[in-house]
Amino acid sequence: MVFLSFINNLINGVSLGSVYAIIALGYTMVYGIAKMLNFAHGDIIMVGAYVCFFMVSSFGLNPVFGILSAILVCTVLGILIEQLAYKPLRQANSLAVLITAIGVSYFLQNAAQLMWTSNPRIFPAIFGNGGLQLAGGQLMVPYKTLVTIGVCVIIMVGLILFTGKTRTGKAMRACSEDKEAAQLMGINVNRTISITFAIGSALAAVAGVLLCASYPKLIPTTGSMPGIKAFTAAVFGGIGSIPGAFLGGILLGVIEIFSSAYLSTELANAIVFLVLIVVLLVKPTGLLGKRTSEKV
Amino acid sequence: MSEFHFEKGKMVPVPSHSIIPERDLGKPPVLECNHLGIDFGGLRAVDDFNFTIGKTEIAGLIGPNGAGKTTVFNLLTKVYAPTRGTILLNGMDTSGKTTAQINKMGIARTFQNIRLFSNLSVEDNVKIGLHNAYKYSALEGVLRLPSYWKKEKAAHERAIELLSIFKMEYMADWQAGNLPYGAQRRLEIVRALATNPCLLLLDEPAAGMNPAETAELMENIVKIRDMFQIAVLLIEHDMKLVMGICEGICVLNFGQVIAKGTAEDIRQNPTVIEAYLGKRGADPC
Repeated sequence: MVFLSFINNLINGVSLGSVYAIIALGYTMVYGIAKMLNFAHGDIIMVGAYVCFFMVSSFGLNPVFGILSAILVCTVLGILIEQLAYKPLRQANSLAVLITAIGVSYFLQNAAQLMWTSNPRIFPAIFGNGGLQLAGGQLMVPYKTLVTIGVCVIIMVGLILFTGKTRTGKAMRACSEDKEAAQLMGINVNRTISITFAIGSALAAVAGVLLCASYPKLIPTTGSMPGIKAFTAAVFGGIGSIPGAFLGGILLGVIEIFSSAYLSTELANAIVFLVLIVVLLVKPTGLLGKRTSEKV
Repeated sequence: MSEFHFEKGKMVPVPSHSIIPERDLGKPPVLECNHLGIDFGGLRAVDDFNFTIGKTEIAGLIGPNGAGKTTVFNLLTKVYAPTRGTILLNGMDTSGKTTAQINKMGIARTFQNIRLFSNLSVEDNVKIGLHNAYKYSALEGVLRLPSYWKKEKAAHERAIELLSIFKMEYMADWQAGNLPYGAQRRLEIVRALATNPCLLLLDEPAAGMNPAETAELMENIVKIRDMFQIAVLLIEHDMKLVMGICEGICVLNFGQVIAKGTAEDIRQNPTVIEAYLGKRGADPC
């Protein structure tokens, strides 16, 4: 019984971690290419979840359409935010961009509150309530958990293939290393950054739907805590690294669930951030981050 | 090692007060700068820069430190927007173009301090140069459709072919940042060539090289010019290299062109000697 509950917690941890990982992948890609921390990323998750909620609950559409429209809206939103808020600051110092990102985050939260009120909405069970029966019915793995983990793995593999094997992906890596040199190779840097934001925001939409499928209470600040934790996961795994974001996300989810199951529910978040601090003290570039040496 | 001998073309004057090789007459010059200038605040970093380069010319841009040579490169590639003047590339005006568009129009460059994508493999560095030559959609790339393999194979073959100019094909899988210094410089040139330029800008290609490596570089620059039939404009402090292979030379000092001409003209020009060595007769002895 102890063993079964351990397995159950592990599965829940990996599932929550998969959501963190998908969000962290968005963070890490935008950081890697645009060299900025997009703190509005968490709030795009919330927008994605709301869009899916309205499509499914209010208009009664098939959840597949709900997810697709969330992806579409968030992609457009991500590109718009980049064009309106961040692009004019391309030459500004990174602190100005960071503050703008925090501003965009508050803007999205408050706009959501105005449009959709702060009354909690209950996200529909779009993946059903059933599950896979294991160990003679003693262990049930909900389908939503399986979908979450599966989607996360597919996204990570897809992103690794995309950045490693496609033209646009290579252009992204070139921009991430040296924007000016990339431009001189005929790469349109602004377009590449826009594509990065589009991909990051589409991932945020997926993450929003998956998050709310497991934790159905939806309010305008739904995205902010997972956003910060996913940022933590990205730093934990080594910011800028795609496998790092994946590993960091999964580990963070598992640590969080285990802390609340075996130590203390109240302290779960504190323990998560404590782990981050310890990791960064021991390995400042994160688990899979590369050590960068400045040339003098 | 036998002394490298290079036959320069006969230089003839063109209307823009510059000279170009006789063989390039009748073809539009690859580059024509008219009254080009840029101010940084109150500083005239480059002023009234007029220079014409023939279709297959090897040209040199020299001058003391801080004369504005790299600024000219940055103007040509639109890293800076010029305050004054025009740049014609193959007779076409380049005003309003972005750096990436300038590259597509035919200017490629290397950097004074090497700027490779050092975490990428040697081959991927070249393939980024081939970015606009072999296009396939992201869908083709992620799903590995047959058309992807075909284009990827063509890009791979082209990359290896370009690397083989410098006999670097066996390094294709190495990480660019781990290459020896000389190989990194050569890879930068290969990467620039991959963008299929008609004008190659080399910013101090011989910096940090020993005399044997410099001699090899001179041969290679000429070889590249002959193979690709392109023009080369190089900034260099190594006078042996400049005088050895540059057909037309432009001398800058404090952002102004102080002399233009062949190596012989420049060597005897009193203004140039003064700029480099100081005023004759000024010493108190």
